[in-house]
Amino acid sequence: MKALVHVALKKTVLDPQGQTICRSLASMGYSGIRDVRQGKYFEIELENGATAEQVEKIAREVLTNPVIEEFTCDLEESGRPEADR
Amino acid sequence: MKFGVVIFPGSNCDHDAFYALSHNLGKNTVFLWHQSEDLEGSDAIILPGGFAYGDYLRTGAIARFAPVMRSVRRFADSGGPVMGICNGFQILVEAGLLPGALMRNRGLRFICRAVYLRTETTDTPFTSDLRPGQVLAMPIAHGEGCYYADAGTLDQLERDDRIVFRYATPTGEPTEEANPNGSMRNIAGIVSEGRNVLGMMPHPERASDPLMGSADGLRIFASLASWLAQGACQEAVRLAGLVRHTL
Repeated sequence: MKALVHVALKKTVLDPQGQTICRSLASMGYSGIRDVRQGKYFEIELENGATAEQVEKIAREVLTNPVIEEFTCDLEESGRPEADR
Repeated sequence: MKFGVVIFPGSNCDHDAFYALSHNLGKNTVFLWHQSEDLEGSDAIILPGGFAYGDYLRTGAIARFAPVMRSVRRFADSGGPVMGICNGFQILVEAGLLPGALMRNRGLRFICRAVYLRTETTDTPFTSDLRPGQVLAMPIAHGEGCYYADAGTLDQLERDDRIVFRYATPTGEPTEEANPNGSMRNIAGIVSEGRNVLGMMPHPERASDPLMGSADGLRIFASLASWLAQGACQEAVRLAGLVRHTL
């Protein structure tokens, strides 16, 4: 099983990196882009027995700084090749 | 009186801090290794600048889990003075010993230049020898020094007189132009609720000798030293009283 954790700055926190990307896109001629927010993405390979609660705890305690960031967690069953089954 | 300077993998101002304390201030100073929980009887702890653990994940995010930080937390909780400079400040906010967070500079660039700080409070071990409003010159050198906290936290810091330094003009005006990195309310340094943990982005150790262009930073270390000496003196008087009482 794999945990997919997305970390992003809270909506209330200014994201100067996202803003810079947004301005660059506009100057490159891309239209229709209202805003860009930059974040981080973690893929965590789990042993059997690891729980969603455990992943949430890791995301809360280590992967994010709760003062400025928030996260979403998703679990994905590993798609093993047929031959392995 | 003994000062302890912590070395994390990636610290790069550890020797500067050590030199400022041992040579310029003339105090007994030891290095403390991040893997050890032994503070070696230090009376004050310095978390120096640098890029602890490569600043991976976030600045200070990995360093806060180092074994030495368990002892630093206990030391701080029992009232011991702890001073985090630059990366040390970032580690202290990540560890929750100070409120808020340090984010990428407003202009996104790493800034290394001299700034002026206005002393906002002298009611701390680190500023007790300074005058209220005293302007200090020293350098900053950081990419993530933009202090952030929500409005409630900022109001609380102001109410509790816990903002220690603000970025200011040479005459001590905390203007927008004097703010190098976009820090909220021009905050350059704060103390904990117990007033014994200081975090500051500017580098006092890089302004600890007139040869460096400024010796203003040494005044902060000197304040801390005289605060410690005063504490030791009071303790001696208290013990003498106990002895007399017993006799």
